[in-house]
Amino acid sequence: MTASFPAAARELLRNAQLRRNVAHATDVIRHKRDRVVEEREDWQELRDAGSAIRQHVLENLDSYLLQFEEACSAAGGQVHWARDAAEANRIALAILSSREVREVIKIKSMTTEEIGLNAALEARGISAIETDLAELIVQLGHDVPSHIVVPALHKNRQQIRELFLREMGLDQLGDTAEDLTAAARAWLRRRFLTARAAISGANFLIAETGGVAIVESEGNGRMCLTLPPLLITIAGIEKVIPSFRDLEVFLQTLPRSATGERMNPYNSIWTGTTGADGPQEFHVILLDNGRSRILADSESRQTLKCIRCGACQNVCPVYRQTGGHAYGSVYGGPIGAILTPQLHNLEQGASLPYASSLCGACYEVCPVKIDIPEVLIHLRSEIVAREQHTIGGMLGPWNLGMQAAARIFASGERMETAQKLGRAIQRPFAGTSGTIESLPFLLSGWTQSRDLRPIPQESFRAWWARRGKEES
Amino acid sequence: MRISLFIACYNDTLFPDTGKAVVRVLERLGHTVDFNPAQTCCGQMHWNTGYTREAVPIIRHFLEVYREAEVICIPSSSCVAMIRDHYPKAAEESGDAKFAEEVESLLPRVFEFSELLVRYLRVEDAGAAFAHKVTYHASCHSLRSLGLGDIPLRLLRNVRGLELLPLDDVDRCCGFGGTFAIKNADVSSAMLEDKIESVLKSGAEVCTAVDNSCLLHLFGGLHRRRLPVRTAHLAEILACTSEGAGQ
Repeated sequence: MTASFPAAARELLRNAQLRRNVAHATDVIRHKRDRVVEEREDWQELRDAGSAIRQHVLENLDSYLLQFEEACSAAGGQVHWARDAAEANRIALAILSSREVREVIKIKSMTTEEIGLNAALEARGISAIETDLAELIVQLGHDVPSHIVVPALHKNRQQIRELFLREMGLDQLGDTAEDLTAAARAWLRRRFLTARAAISGANFLIAETGGVAIVESEGNGRMCLTLPPLLITIAGIEKVIPSFRDLEVFLQTLPRSATGERMNPYNSIWTGTTGADGPQEFHVILLDNGRSRILADSESRQTLKCIRCGACQNVCPVYRQTGGHAYGSVYGGPIGAILTPQLHNLEQGASLPYASSLCGACYEVCPVKIDIPEVLIHLRSEIVAREQHTIGGMLGPWNLGMQAAARIFASGERMETAQKLGRAIQRPFAGTSGTIESLPFLLSGWTQSRDLRPIPQESFRAWWARRGKEES
Repeated sequence: MRISLFIACYNDTLFPDTGKAVVRVLERLGHTVDFNPAQTCCGQMHWNTGYTREAVPIIRHFLEVYREAEVICIPSSSCVAMIRDHYPKAAEESGDAKFAEEVESLLPRVFEFSELLVRYLRVEDAGAAFAHKVTYHASCHSLRSLGLGDIPLRLLRNVRGLELLPLDDVDRCCGFGGTFAIKNADVSSAMLEDKIESVLKSGAEVCTAVDNSCLLHLFGGLHRRRLPVRTAHLAEILACTSEGAGQ
């Protein structure tokens, strides 16, 4: 992660095309979501159920993971445990290298984006080909995903057409959605038929059966799951659910929340290996990469309830302005603002918990009821506590200002004194039109685009006191 | 009924007219307003910015000031949200049973201004007159934390002469967000820009809300662009009668 959120956002805000693309795409998905959610009278019950199941899993994660391992192994799968990104990549590489695989096809997976799998494979001479249309667009453009569900949402049709023409070496290409899809189809079909290995993420790991579930829209994922003889699934340890029956809840809430569909067009569930059909060798890599540390924090544990639907991104008024790249992580938007800094133990992404106006729209749509604003505030308090342990943080303008304000708010008299002082201090800043148009230091952020009402001559408390005297 | 006013620190300092309007409306409806000058702040700014430790003495001070109050009226939904959503957690974290008890006793006595009128006092017609085109901005806290729904709109619909105009994307944040407006000034400004476009599109002369924090933000952007739309807290509209202006 390089730039802080405010700095990255400043750059992206200049990109009018990107902002139009993001606003348009999120509006379309958001409205579709609202329509299919409204038709469910039991939506709040479904949210409650989803939340309760996920919370229960997190409180019993150790036993459900072991149960999954046992069931998956019994069905012919091999389960690996990866402490971090490097270990997960090493395991995947070792499996592919020992089978002399040079080319691997991939199902859309944010987890493999998180661990930088493609680059790790590339470095060892193994090419990874994204088969999800949006991921393919991102890959061909040497870009990074800007949305959990719709990774290329920041690109419009024209931009994608130009990219395909260039990267696929085509002479001509129409600009309808059908033309673009047909081009991707032709390009991918060759890879499906030749690839000897596939890598997937997982939407759910089913502890009871050892099964893995993937939902998708295009069917390319199912090609990856059925054609190559070797399949590797990489999944965060939090993805486990207790039983097959629990899918009842999530296969209703996930598609409605993610793409505004009642049901995903393709729902694939596979359990180990089966005879001569489908992959003959199946591995699951269970990834920690900071998750068990999040699990240990009872306040922010709920972050791990996330089922990656992206609904919070589509309603977020901050994400709407910047798109996902401002978050400096594969996880953008509200969920990214809480997940990314925690995955990095607050050593990266410390500006992200502040990238929210705490409007609460994310919490309102979350199908597993993650109280994102509450977690944001919790993370802010951890960041402040850390800063207060450094001289620079202690003497920084925010800490000094907040300490001063806390002293002022200790009594009514102090507040009255502060109001008088403020009235005197503001005099030099008063503009010609009766408002303050320019302020120094921290407050210049306000006046860069907004005038400020000056403090009026009489505060409410002063008026109240005067009124009391006049009446008596 | 005796109603204790918590004016909110920023209203006290920057928006005294809102406080006066609240007093005027409540007195006109036959109630007695009480204002304890020991009051300061609800602690929201500290809490939401991550200074949760510093917020605790402010919260305790609030509890102290309103210990005896029967009903507390707050013309700021974000302060009410702070109290309802975060005071219980602050008390729980302190491990102090008495603190928790005081919070528990406080919560049912706290009302946002429009909520007090409609849900508690059962008043939907405050007897106001305001012959202007008005649009209502639903602040995030009033909408999602307090669940005010159409309560402010019901009050506005009963104001004589008032033409209520719909606001596009009424559930979208104006970009204020307290210290967010400064820490992420660029994004906040971009959000404000969109909100101002919606306000202009509504055709209203006045934009109202139950939170002056949003209105401070909207006013700032409108005034910077020298746009003729005014901002006024809901209480200031309800304070106006056919006999004359609010104050």
